[in-house]
Amino acid sequence: MKCLITGGNVKVLGKAVHSLSRIGDELYLEPLKGGLSLRTVNSSRSAYACFLFAPLFFQQYQAASPGQDLLRCKILMKSFLSVFRSLAMVEKSVEKCCISLSGSNSHLVVQLHCKYGVKKTHNLSFQDCESLQAVFNPALCPHLLRAPARVLAEAVLSFPPALTEVTLGIGHGQRVILRSYQEEEADNANKAMVTETSIGEEDFQQLQAPEGIAVTFCLKEFRGLLSFAESANLSLSVHFDVPGRPVIFTIEDSLLDGHFVLATLLEQDPCSQDLCSPKPCQPVPQKEAHSTPPLDDFTNDDIDCYMIAMETTVGSEGSRAQPSTSLPHVSQPSHDLAPSSEEEEEAEPSTVPGTPPPKKFRSLFFGSILAPVHSPQGPSPVLAEDSDGEG
Amino acid sequence: MKFRAKIVDLACLNHFTRVSNMIAKLAKTCTLRISPEKLNFILSDKLASGGVSMWCELEQENIFSEFQMEGVSAENNEIYLELTSENLSRALKTAQNARALKIKLTNKHFPCLTVSVELQLSSSSSSRIVTHDIPIKVIPRRLWKDLQEPSVPDSDVSIYLPALKTMKSVVEKMKNISNHLVIEANLNGDLNLKIETELVCVTTHFKDLGNPVLPSESVSQNRHPEDMVEVHIDIRKLLQFLAGQQVTPTKAVCNIVSNRMVHFDLLLDDISLQYFIPAWS
Repeated sequence: MKCLITGGNVKVLGKAVHSLSRIGDELYLEPLKGGLSLRTVNSSRSAYACFLFAPLFFQQYQAASPGQDLLRCKILMKSFLSVFRSLAMVEKSVEKCCISLSGSNSHLVVQLHCKYGVKKTHNLSFQDCESLQAVFNPALCPHLLRAPARVLAEAVLSFPPALTEVTLGIGHGQRVILRSYQEEEADNANKAMVTETSIGEEDFQQLQAPEGIAVTFCLKEFRGLLSFAESANLSLSVHFDVPGRPVIFTIEDSLLDGHFVLATLLEQDPCSQDLCSPKPCQPVPQKEAHSTPPLDDFTNDDIDCYMIAMETTVGSEGSRAQPSTSLPHVSQPSHDLAPSSEEEEEAEPSTVPGTPPPKKFRSLFFGSILAPVHSPQGPSPVLAEDSDGEG
Repeated sequence: MKFRAKIVDLACLNHFTRVSNMIAKLAKTCTLRISPEKLNFILSDKLASGGVSMWCELEQENIFSEFQMEGVSAENNEIYLELTSENLSRALKTAQNARALKIKLTNKHFPCLTVSVELQLSSSSSSRIVTHDIPIKVIPRRLWKDLQEPSVPDSDVSIYLPALKTMKSVVEKMKNISNHLVIEANLNGDLNLKIETELVCVTTHFKDLGNPVLPSESVSQNRHPEDMVEVHIDIRKLLQFLAGQQVTPTKAVCNIVSNRMVHFDLLLDDISLQYFIPAWS
């Protein structure tokens, strides 16, 4: 495999690697006929990201030497990222970038041709691997929204940088709502501030989703794609389904496309997902029909009205949210959907059920590990499996 | 109990944001007192704050274009809330160029102060609305007595402060050498900041600061204008106070009660701030 990237595209590639680095620790590089694919998955298999750079993105693109099979490899994300660590430097001084992988060489060679004749060669060791293939189909998701990345990036600005999870949904008047997600805290004093941004449907190029739908996913992982899309001035499409099913973010233009697939929380507590619940903008007291326009609410809402409305939705307060992911083959020991028997498989086993997952994703796994009887998904399609390459 | 207020003027909004940023630096948790005419940010001299107390007062009609409140009862027409100061300043930070800002007392799952910001972005045709629900704790009536305006003590010396930024940079360096410092002043416009360790003594002298005219001269009548009055205080507390001052105050006075406490009395446009630091013990 050999490809040559020139000019501004080097920075684009660098930015893509930065976004992928937010997700996983290993980068799967696979030259395909249709272009160079860079993929990654996170350790708990709850997030998958893939960028495909079309042959036109490169000045020269050769997927494989004639007569040779397509090679693919897996590199440490840290190593590959170090080549593009400083995007400012890349933009200023790198003129060409050449990536080559050959069967004879035991390293992936990335060569940066910089100004003043400086040439930086990085020899990155890699591992052979099977194709990282996630099974997902945006077309199967019933709900869709599409907007310039800038719109979502601005909305996300109001959230604290440390916020882990965010809920996206549709509220009254077809407004798109983004709300910071908090796990239920027992002690009121430790509650964190809840921030919510509401965006009018006019700011969206496409909006196909019913009011009341809401999904919760990891904001940190999403930010990676968002910053890439914003800098490339692209539109971002969000394909989603019911809570529990993954949300698929896609961007595309003539030279590249990107897919980020994130697991969503399976929420049983209607309160936190209830984006249509009484809010300052749209009060829904029991007695009155709601017809207040979203912006002129000042005289209508009242702490008493909320208390009445709250009492009727508080019914399932007791049940703690039953989070799980849509990757049942990892989290449910009873479903052995991922045959991990290939000999050549890389030494990266699926998360062993029972292993305490990293704290960050505890909420995505804990429920299903503890209560396998709930098996909410049944034999649902496997999201990412280490199967032998069918593609 | 009801509270609703609205700010539409950008200058008022910025002013309120600046106050809230200052409070966030001065006190992690504070009490917000809402009364028909005023808003107060209060830190009472509990053990938790190390004896430091703060009283910040602003006239609501200088900030809010609309203001409605109903206290706990008709006789006690006030509301006392406890909140994390940083939450308020973070919420206000998102309102940089807002068209309007509303604050309300609400109860969504838990009692909160809801700050609702209406933004008009150039990139979008419609308004963007950002809402922040700040969790609060309502303080019961029986605890209100601990949260009253502290009485201004009869001070031994009262003096105008030098540039707070200068004071801050001096105290910051002194913090590395000693845990406590002596602040002393006289009626001749001299103020000194002194630290003393086994190895070294460092003193910074500020001169010609001027002294405000005190209403009752009785205490200081017997005092020679050159005589210094001093108090030993914890450096970190002084530094925390100075770090909170981002804007040059309209008026800044320091009152020292010999060996008991130092009282800072600042006026930032129309907002008054009083900060009490007790003597080092």
